[in-house]
Amino acid sequence: MNNPAPTDGRLAQIAARSRRQIVQIGHGAGAFGAHFGPSLSLVDILTVLYGTRVRHDSSMCSDPERDRVILSKGHGSLALYAVLHEFGFISDECLASAETDGTVLPGQPCRNQELGIEFSSGSLGMGLSFGVGLALSARMMGSDRSIFVIMGDGETNEGSVWEAAMSAAHFRLARLIAIVDVNGLQSDGTTAEIMSCRLREMWEANGWETIEVDGHSIPGLRAALSPATGSRPRCILASTVKGKGVSFMEGAAEWHHGRMTESQFETAVHDVGRGEQTA
Amino acid sequence: MGPRGSFGVALTDVAEHDERIIGLTADLAVTSGMQRFRAQVPDRFFNVGIAEQNLVGIASGLADDGWIPFASTFANFGAMRSCEFVRHHLGYMRQNVKLVGIGAGFAMGQFGTTHYALEDVAVMRAIPNLTIVSPADCSEVYQAVQELAGSGDPTYLRLSGIPSMPPVDQGETEFRVGRARVLRSGTDLTIIATGSMVAVALNVADALAVQGLSVGVVNMHTIKPIDEVALTSLVGQSAAVATVEEHSVLGGLGGAVAEVMAAIPGSPPVLRIGVNDFFPKVGSYEYVIAQCGLDAPTLVTTVEGWLSGLGKQSVGRVAR
Repeated sequence: MNNPAPTDGRLAQIAARSRRQIVQIGHGAGAFGAHFGPSLSLVDILTVLYGTRVRHDSSMCSDPERDRVILSKGHGSLALYAVLHEFGFISDECLASAETDGTVLPGQPCRNQELGIEFSSGSLGMGLSFGVGLALSARMMGSDRSIFVIMGDGETNEGSVWEAAMSAAHFRLARLIAIVDVNGLQSDGTTAEIMSCRLREMWEANGWETIEVDGHSIPGLRAALSPATGSRPRCILASTVKGKGVSFMEGAAEWHHGRMTESQFETAVHDVGRGEQTA
Repeated sequence: MGPRGSFGVALTDVAEHDERIIGLTADLAVTSGMQRFRAQVPDRFFNVGIAEQNLVGIASGLADDGWIPFASTFANFGAMRSCEFVRHHLGYMRQNVKLVGIGAGFAMGQFGTTHYALEDVAVMRAIPNLTIVSPADCSEVYQAVQELAGSGDPTYLRLSGIPSMPPVDQGETEFRVGRARVLRSGTDLTIIATGSMVAVALNVADALAVQGLSVGVVNMHTIKPIDEVALTSLVGQSAAVATVEEHSVLGGLGGAVAEVMAAIPGSPPVLRIGVNDFFPKVGSYEYVIAQCGLDAPTLVTTVEGWLSGLGKQSVGRVAR
């Protein structure tokens, strides 16, 4: 956590700069395209998490007492890289290498604790059970650290998420916090069309304290991330807009992964630039 | 006691001296021989329920902090139900998890095909960074657990054989992960076996010796990384090689041996003996073993026929 804790205004600026980075780096990835939509939906969540809640900075990368952020939805990688860059984990040069050949910042994250990247991801449904293990470990070590596992709403189609969810409640892992980026879209369409489910009821039925929040509201996210008081793990269902901040990407399933034309890039740069001015 | 009981005793013993040891299971504590561990080390025992992917993922999270988790389930579930978790956590992220596959091969008898692990080695062997150990008897299970507890290598520990699995006389050889145990040397044929088949291979060698053949036996308890030095030393020393495993002939021990031998000029021909790419009819352990031709008498006949085909049935005709 940065010290002193940043104001809401400062967090909004960090988020806006991160969106600009996502647009620029994703466009720089070239013909293969990049995961714009699921990164842009995630920016405010990661910004508030690192800005207000996570006990971790670039001097703590091998400290067992650091909080752990596990990005299970690996397709949010550009948001993770941009926000870690904002908080001093990733250098300008390193960030500029994202999604180039042989980079340490590939399209889906590859574990690199020196850069604050705690977990390799890309294959969905892998992160929550890893978080359960980390939380059990913290308990055995007598550590009060927290474990944050960030998933997509589409990701919760994976059965392994629910194996892990069940066990987290069973083991009473109060310092395990799942954050679901509920952007309502997955690769092939809306989550309602592809695999409808009642997320709140499912998390609650599995024994989790479940909070719904606007995933773009900085005060709302601050409150949702307040330290746990009970014995249950917490699930934050953060309602977001996929592609948030870029007009033609917002709410558009086709921008889960894609490549901008030069004219679209100009529009995107203009959109995120306006976001920076108003932040 | 059997291989699983030996695993449980070994794990409890290493946990007494090393507080980093963790035991996990997917609802198979008793079946895995872990009841003693559960009773004696309750703070370091976790039952994750019938959820093998979660088993591997949780073990990985624990390993991330330096704990040394041994996670048990049936071999086919550990290797195949949670295959991609193994690839991701043990392979890609190199987390120091010891995945223990119990009841490998046909040990589950009447439980049937769903509980037979016939492809697990092939599947696990394709994953980078993974060590595969397949002990030949209870004593070797114990030694393997002891050595693996001190290693930093992600490992699939494959427990084949039934509770009455016989002890194998391994002479003065020592158990070291990655090093084959050469139990006998022979010039006409060398049988390379793993797990439950090592004891059988010795019986086959005895029977062939009676017929005047010089037959070597190698216990290849570590299937990956395979002991290439031991294999290379057979070139020019042994006229033929047969591999025997309680596993498919595709991709297991036989595959690993053949892959090495194929690249060496003048290497002996390799006969791979195992399950011939089919699902056997279900039955008792002995019934399925016999059905697959993995009992000693059938193995003798199979090997004799093959050697005969090679023109090497009589000792006199073997090039020395």
